[in-house]
Amino acid sequence: MTLIRHELRRSWKSLLIWTGAIGVFIVICVFMFPEMKSQTESITAIFSSMGAFTSAFGLDTLNFGTLNGFYGIECGNILGIGGALFAALAGIGALAGEEKDGTAEFLLTHPLSRAEVVTKKLAAILIQLIILNAVVYLLAVGSIAAVGEAVPWKEVTLLHLAFFLLQVELACVCLGISAFLWRGGLGIGLGLAIALYFLNIIANLTSSADVIKYITPFGYADGADILSRGAIHGPRLLTGMAVAAAGVGLAYWKYCRKDIR
Amino acid sequence: MMGNVKTNRKEGDRMKTQAICTEKLTKYYGKARGIKNLDLTVEQGEFFGFIGPNGAGKSTTIRTLLGLITANSGKARVLGLDPAGKERKEILKRVGYLPSDTALYNGLTVRDMLKLSAGLRGKDCAAQAEELCERLQLDTGRKVEDLSFGNRKKVGIVCALQHKPELLILDEPTGGLDPLMQHEFFSILQERNREGVTVFLSSHVLSEIQRYCTRAAVIREGGIIACDSVDKLAHNSARRVTLRGRVARETLPEVREWSEMGGTVSFLYSGDMNELIRTLAKEEIDDLTIAEPDLEEIFLHFYGKGGEQA
Repeated sequence: MTLIRHELRRSWKSLLIWTGAIGVFIVICVFMFPEMKSQTESITAIFSSMGAFTSAFGLDTLNFGTLNGFYGIECGNILGIGGALFAALAGIGALAGEEKDGTAEFLLTHPLSRAEVVTKKLAAILIQLIILNAVVYLLAVGSIAAVGEAVPWKEVTLLHLAFFLLQVELACVCLGISAFLWRGGLGIGLGLAIALYFLNIIANLTSSADVIKYITPFGYADGADILSRGAIHGPRLLTGMAVAAAGVGLAYWKYCRKDIR
Repeated sequence: MMGNVKTNRKEGDRMKTQAICTEKLTKYYGKARGIKNLDLTVEQGEFFGFIGPNGAGKSTTIRTLLGLITANSGKARVLGLDPAGKERKEILKRVGYLPSDTALYNGLTVRDMLKLSAGLRGKDCAAQAEELCERLQLDTGRKVEDLSFGNRKKVGIVCALQHKPELLILDEPTGGLDPLMQHEFFSILQERNREGVTVFLSSHVLSEIQRYCTRAAVIREGGIIACDSVDKLAHNSARRVTLRGRVARETLPEVREWSEMGGTVSFLYSGDMNELIRTLAKEEIDDLTIAEPDLEEIFLHFYGKGGEQA
């Protein structure tokens, strides 16, 4: 428990900032909904005439004038990107950060196996992701209730669950990459999260690029897709979780035999 | 065949009773040599010095012993256990390690850092930590990022000692410590050594080795070139000869570091002593001193020999 506590203590400021930023932006957006709702017709007309961008952001499937449609798109952009960046940073810095800062020597000369270090770092990341998502979820449903709308529990829960799993996948993949690095990897983590986000936008533009939706976790966390189906796309989610498991496996495999600098 | 089995068993038993034992330990970083066929034995309870300049392989040896890096070939045992295998965790429970450059977690206070180290060992070391901090005059309330290099080193020292390890592995431990603190630090080490703790001290500060260690090994280009008691290392090596008078260099074999200044000739002599005396007896000598060189000169002696075994 000492290492998990230590990890959480080191990252509480970052967690607080990211949770606060994502939560506040979602609350602001939800509070903007009543005004948006009153201009439904003109907004829907604008969004449906943006050509390729309409389908890229799922605006062809969702009705921006309904809470579900509005929340699916806004939540997708704020929690999707924000959560993905946080998860990528947490994962990529977990193992490589110790070597970059020179503290790996301190940590690994204490009686901990390398596998224990990976397990505890992963546990600390998952705890952070649970805290971030729980707080954001509560803020989201609280703010929906506060603006006088009925909370669409199933849809909101599904969306938040999908984004949580997206973050878990990204964090696990970045943890795996982190085991190979020794100079930190901020750019790699951020670059990967953003690249995967844009891959999903590309996949939304054409149905012939549907296979991309199996590659990027944004494929199963696509608000338009989840709300129109009423469920998370199972095969894409399973593929994503398999990738996450591979990332974790890679982290154990590499870190347990790595020369520490 | 039976003889070989018995010999191997004896060898295995011997490795189990030693604090540190390596056999033909080799580590390359890509093509760059770290250590090559390194044989080293440190008995339990010894105060052992490990001497060598930067890049000789001291840190590579230590990092291999602690399981931070894996050797390409050869054997290593620490307290009879294999640092490259599953026994690494058991070794680290019983070892205290002070790295040459103590990296700490910024944002923590010294107190937090010491608690973290104790917590990672699953121990309550508060009493020991308090005593050590008091002796080393370490302010536990300060943030580690505000500490000087010397004070960071003190944090490293307390982390290495507070859990009362059986074996202390210290890599350049006195860098940054003022002379008073160095004295206090070595007092602590000597106390621990008297209690039975093995001290493995890697350093290029030769006076430290000479003053405190009973045995020492000299490492050069990744291999041990000499390993003996500090007294014997000093005794077996060249003598510093200083004389006032005239003597021709050509008459003396095995002479190095020849210097002449104001009628005084000084040189290191590693040949036969009788031959030296016979030769000098034929010359005009007013004064003569033949002394054991200090460890500094021994070090230069070994390094001047191009790596051949002393």
